[in-house]
Amino acid sequence: MSTPETPAAPTPAAAAVAEVRSPLSDGEWHRLHPLTPLMKGGLFLVVVIGIVVTNLRDRLIAVFLPGMADEYEYAGDPVDYIIANDLLILAALVVLGVLVVLLAIFWLSWRFHTFRITGDDVEVRSGVLFRTHRRAPLDRVQGVNLTRPMIARILGMAKLEVVGAGLDANVKLEYLSTPNAEAVRGDILRLASGRQLAEARRETTGSARGRAAAVVSAGITGLIEGEEGADDHPASVVHLPPGRLIGAHLMSGSTIWLLLLVVGVVIGSVIGTPWLLFSIVPALIGFGAYWFRQITRSLRYSIAPTPAGVRITFGLFTTITETLPPGRIHAVEIAQPLLWRGLGWFRIRVNRLSGRAATDSSSQQFSDVLPVGTRADVDRVLRLILPGLPGDALPVVLERGILGPVADDPYTNTPRRARGLRPLSWRRNGFLLTPDALLLRSGVLRRALVVLPLARLQSIRLSQGPVDRALDVANITGHTVLGQVSGSLGILDRAAAVTLWTDAAAAVTAASSRDHSHRWGTTPAEPTAIDVPPAHPAAIDVPPAQPAAIDVPATEPVAIVAPPAEGSP
Amino acid sequence: MTISPDQPTPASDSPTTTDATVAAPTGGDEALDAGTYDAIVEPRSENRLPLGDGTWHQISRKYIVVQLISHALFLALVIAAAVVLGLVLDQAWVWIPAGVVVVVTLATLIVLPRQARSIGYQLRGDDLVFRRGILWQRMVAVPYGRMQLVDITHGPLDRGFGIAQLKLVTAAAATGVTIPGLTQAAAERLRDTLIDVAETRRTGL
Repeated sequence: MSTPETPAAPTPAAAAVAEVRSPLSDGEWHRLHPLTPLMKGGLFLVVVIGIVVTNLRDRLIAVFLPGMADEYEYAGDPVDYIIANDLLILAALVVLGVLVVLLAIFWLSWRFHTFRITGDDVEVRSGVLFRTHRRAPLDRVQGVNLTRPMIARILGMAKLEVVGAGLDANVKLEYLSTPNAEAVRGDILRLASGRQLAEARRETTGSARGRAAAVVSAGITGLIEGEEGADDHPASVVHLPPGRLIGAHLMSGSTIWLLLLVVGVVIGSVIGTPWLLFSIVPALIGFGAYWFRQITRSLRYSIAPTPAGVRITFGLFTTITETLPPGRIHAVEIAQPLLWRGLGWFRIRVNRLSGRAATDSSSQQFSDVLPVGTRADVDRVLRLILPGLPGDALPVVLERGILGPVADDPYTNTPRRARGLRPLSWRRNGFLLTPDALLLRSGVLRRALVVLPLARLQSIRLSQGPVDRALDVANITGHTVLGQVSGSLGILDRAAAVTLWTDAAAAVTAASSRDHSHRWGTTPAEPTAIDVPPAHPAAIDVPPAQPAAIDVPATEPVAIVAPPAEGSP
Repeated sequence: MTISPDQPTPASDSPTTTDATVAAPTGGDEALDAGTYDAIVEPRSENRLPLGDGTWHQISRKYIVVQLISHALFLALVIAAAVVLGLVLDQAWVWIPAGVVVVVTLATLIVLPRQARSIGYQLRGDDLVFRRGILWQRMVAVPYGRMQLVDITHGPLDRGFGIAQLKLVTAAAATGVTIPGLTQAAAERLRDTLIDVAETRRTGL
């Protein structure tokens, strides 16, 4: 099992040749794993075989269990016809022909399915009759996912998905052998980061031979532990025991619904017909399947820092390893449902561009960064996914933000006069604007804290309805990319909300102008330039030259204390 | 009209600020203000969201004409359908839904003129601000660098009156800034300006 992907028609390589380590990402066109069509067309074959078997069921019974066959005569049965007319050879030839044609189609589709990784893009060409050519610019890469479904894992293959910014914008390389997929992932992330090449070259030397050896053993180790190659496998910072995971799911809102349903059914069967009791069975089966799916997809969870970003792995049967480069997280929510409070558990969800269609069922899966964890876990995960957050800001997030209002906390809360609109949570419902993030705290029964990194915020809305106006309050919504985290917070003091809206708008501009995470590996050319806020203070003294300077809203006061968030975790 | 040099964007900041001369247009642009309303209608309460400083641009007076015509056409269609069904085909039930639709449309028509006067937008140094609504006030600030594309649409009726609708698209679907009833010239001018400014302030997603 050597590297199966052979170079296709050699095209002039882009400038990236010398920068990368894997032979697959040298800027030339390459093919995918030869078993790819089987994996993709495998389902089709299974369906065909299923149809054939179903139609020949009676005959198969007759062949293998002669006693059980009834004596019905199949008029016009093709098998009878073939036997009767001595056409066995012809029939075998036809079957053979169909197989050859299928194989030829598979082979053609494999041959025409090529990919190329240059210094600027990832490109995939596919299709025999209808050609598609998809190209994704590397500086817009939102992440790289490595997916290994059960069967592919047994065969030592993996699917690589380069996540783009948009709906259905992913570039999929399916399938590659697992070591190749890992090498390509590393290359893509390194190229996307724009890291200096000398650096990249330094760490590559001598790994080619080791990788060849790894290929051989990959199938075996993959079968046993299903984990990454040892060199590529950083230790997880969070250990998630299966017991906690199961407990967390059992104590979620769906359990309450199940209990309510059971109570309802019991009452209904007592009052009405007892037959209603039987409807519990399908409900239980449904819930069981739901829990099973939820739990298995979160098992084998790990989260770890890598030079290219945070690496999150999850899934028992289909294992997904996603790599999130810095600055790809658009919103973070730390939440604690009511039932988890006694146990001190939290969940962390994020909004990110998953490059999938909105209807894709797996989008929820991709939004859970920490399915359930203790406070220490939350602390560690937040440090990973919000590297821009200064260390001393974490208490603001944790103690004051999640665990609720404390004395002299910096959050601006709902005013007392409007407590009718937030009868329980008005003491907690509040916001805090830092130079890097907008923090929104809400909820008493379900405590939640939303962190919106300003460098990613798309727009900010300030709104007020008639009731709000009567109480002199207003609502704020920070718009981020589509996801499960909502950035809205209602019922804030009007003056405070207006100030927040103005300040946040200016802070967003400032934060995004010092954000370099689209090429996170490049250190900003002159980091010192950031520390000198007004580059030319004298210019202000030249009034006629800058008449528009007056129109510029006050962006200057925003303290530029934190270095840009491009730092690696 | 230049970006003042005391912006926090460092000069080393890649191509984004190399061309610091493209300006965010400020007030006094003829194309934007030709044939528009001249005062924004606000709620009377003191607790309303303040307009703040800066020049507000408003939408064309023709917008309301187009809206009246299209609503009237819709009303006529509903009434005609109801009459045919109710009188000719003897379907008495049809008066209920038809009545509801007519009442709702008439109510919309009544608030429409005031609503149109409440729509405004402001081109600030770093972002565009859009506001609308009287009973339900809404203000959205969109930084120029966040714009992914700018859409201009106009239907046949809009074309007849020379107005267009401009839509700003960011990576967030919820941003939803759609400025209706701009004059053709204003829409194109605004689009070109926005694209120019967005180009110089391009940021990551």
